[in-house]
Amino acid sequence: MKQEHPALADIFNKDEARVDWHDKTLWWVRAKRDIAVKQIAEWELLRETASRIKDNVLSNLSNYLLQFEANAIKNGIQIHWAADATEHNKIVREILNKHGITRMVKSKSMLTEECHLNEYLMENGVEVIDSDLGERIVQLANEPPSHIVLPCIHKKKEEIGELFHEHLNTPKGNADPQFLTEAARQHLREVFLTRKAALTGVNFAIAETGEFVVCTNEGNADMGAHLADVHIASMGFEKIIPQRKHLGVFLRLLARSATGQPITTYSSHFSKPRKNSVMHIIIVDNGRSQQLGKEAFRNSLKCIRCGACMNTCPVYRRSGGHSYHTAISGPIGSILAPNLDMEKYADLPFASTLCGSCSNVCPVKIDIHDQLYKWRQVIVKNGHAPWLKNASMKVMDITLSSPTKYKLAGKIGKAVMKWTPFVVNNGMNPWYKHREMPQVPAYSFGEWYKKNRGQNDE
Amino acid sequence: MSNNSRNIILDAISKNQPTYVDLPALSFTSTENIDLKQAFENKLNSIGGKVISINSLADVRTYIIENLDANSRIISSIVEIGDIAELITPETRLHYPLENIEHAIIEGQIGVAENSAIWVTERLIIDRVLPFICQHLYIVLKANSIVELMHEAYEKIDNDNYGFGTFIAGPSKTADIEQSLVIGAHGARSLIVFLLI
Repeated sequence: MKQEHPALADIFNKDEARVDWHDKTLWWVRAKRDIAVKQIAEWELLRETASRIKDNVLSNLSNYLLQFEANAIKNGIQIHWAADATEHNKIVREILNKHGITRMVKSKSMLTEECHLNEYLMENGVEVIDSDLGERIVQLANEPPSHIVLPCIHKKKEEIGELFHEHLNTPKGNADPQFLTEAARQHLREVFLTRKAALTGVNFAIAETGEFVVCTNEGNADMGAHLADVHIASMGFEKIIPQRKHLGVFLRLLARSATGQPITTYSSHFSKPRKNSVMHIIIVDNGRSQQLGKEAFRNSLKCIRCGACMNTCPVYRRSGGHSYHTAISGPIGSILAPNLDMEKYADLPFASTLCGSCSNVCPVKIDIHDQLYKWRQVIVKNGHAPWLKNASMKVMDITLSSPTKYKLAGKIGKAVMKWTPFVVNNGMNPWYKHREMPQVPAYSFGEWYKKNRGQNDE
Repeated sequence: MSNNSRNIILDAISKNQPTYVDLPALSFTSTENIDLKQAFENKLNSIGGKVISINSLADVRTYIIENLDANSRIISSIVEIGDIAELITPETRLHYPLENIEHAIIEGQIGVAENSAIWVTERLIIDRVLPFICQHLYIVLKANSIVELMHEAYEKIDNDNYGFGTFIAGPSKTADIEQSLVIGAHGARSLIVFLLI
């Protein structure tokens, strides 16, 4: 059965205490972002500059990619191009095969989530261990991440304690974050020291120098990459920025927007492979070049994956990342996913109040809520709107296009609300959830106007 | 196969990318009369690191002798204290095993006051994994190498042809379990910056 956001959000909402915690915790992260941002007098100038650098990038991408490729090759890095997820996964497997490697450690990469790399490699006999703590937790739980920066924000520490007890032999009932983090540190140190291949994501790739930058707080990307013989870095082609000095702008924005930190603990610049080791970069399209061609939606490619739009979103905070049934959840995910499969993700642009908070916190000024609104129109025009919405829109269209029908509908509506409220107050009408409808007025404005027109109109 | 994809991707991008837009100028103003050393120290304290002011490398030597367990493995890439630590040079590099490295003392190149990040390149750490795999990290930084903003740091880095470089800001950390901050994720558990006045 097709999974849709409202039904999946219902599942998350069954545990009210958890929803409240999730809502408050993400709002707290948003509040930390605000404190960090207010310390920077030129914050708005930073956002504007970042957005304009990305405008330049999108308008000159093919040249920048060629420049990046040439410089990276000069630095001794091998470059691969993947048109889609399947090709990306195949390239990873071929690199591992060539080196006879069957066990790999991976740091956070939303692109590999998008490509379902882990599932593919496991089917092909390669063991993958995610090394970011949150990602390791959801991997042990056999779940996808629910947030791009805080992968297991939907989980309570007791559940994590239970998972660690089962998989890492920690004592039953111990759910202390400090203790569990230490257990993961010990477990993953052994992994880092023994894996011959490491895959990392890419936060920024610099055309001018052919280097790429990976940001983490945990140090897991560095531990993996510096200890492995083979380092594979996967990037969507929109990660390109023109020059090294532009990192100054993006690194000031990224962590402050994400968690309210002034910068991530590590911002590592990989330029050349280590002695006796190899470095591969896979540049992935997977629908991005099509998105680039859509004027109304191309700005979504500016995204630097900070997650600020998720933390601030009233719908995300109360419905959880898994209700978006796509690798990148929240407002930004809702404008990226329909580009990949409009029918499958037709529900996502409707999972928003269009309040605009996402656009206001976006460090690269993506017009997220405008794009959500535009996607709704494209989706309805293409006949992919949820059936209930389609049916009610048709009724509305018929009613609003004829004054006679409109007046009649108003009368019927008032009568229905007064005498048979159950006709509207039912499961078909989501507006009735957790709400009481207002008192029905005795007459409509039209009726009032007709009656009173004469009195002031001398 | 992938070469074919390369051309298809690049063609699609060329066809779909919008009309060329110029790059914006980067013009950001630094704070007047800012005490860079104090600002750096305040920021580092707020993210779990610590500053110790020193007058010379002799003070680092004294600190090591007085505070670190002589039986633990102490690695340094700084020649001047090579006699009280295991010195690594481009020739010697790190000796295995790596998992028992307790302390690493390295030199930092640039400090950034706005976020207390320290720029370190492969030339200074010799082995890329050293500042990550050690349990405790110590960075010697000249106070006069502190700038206020990231933009100034990149001006200093300029077109340096490093193989690897990283900004390190504080000890490794995570808040992945219920947003509870835990210091000491996969990298170093603590960071002390010896600020050379």
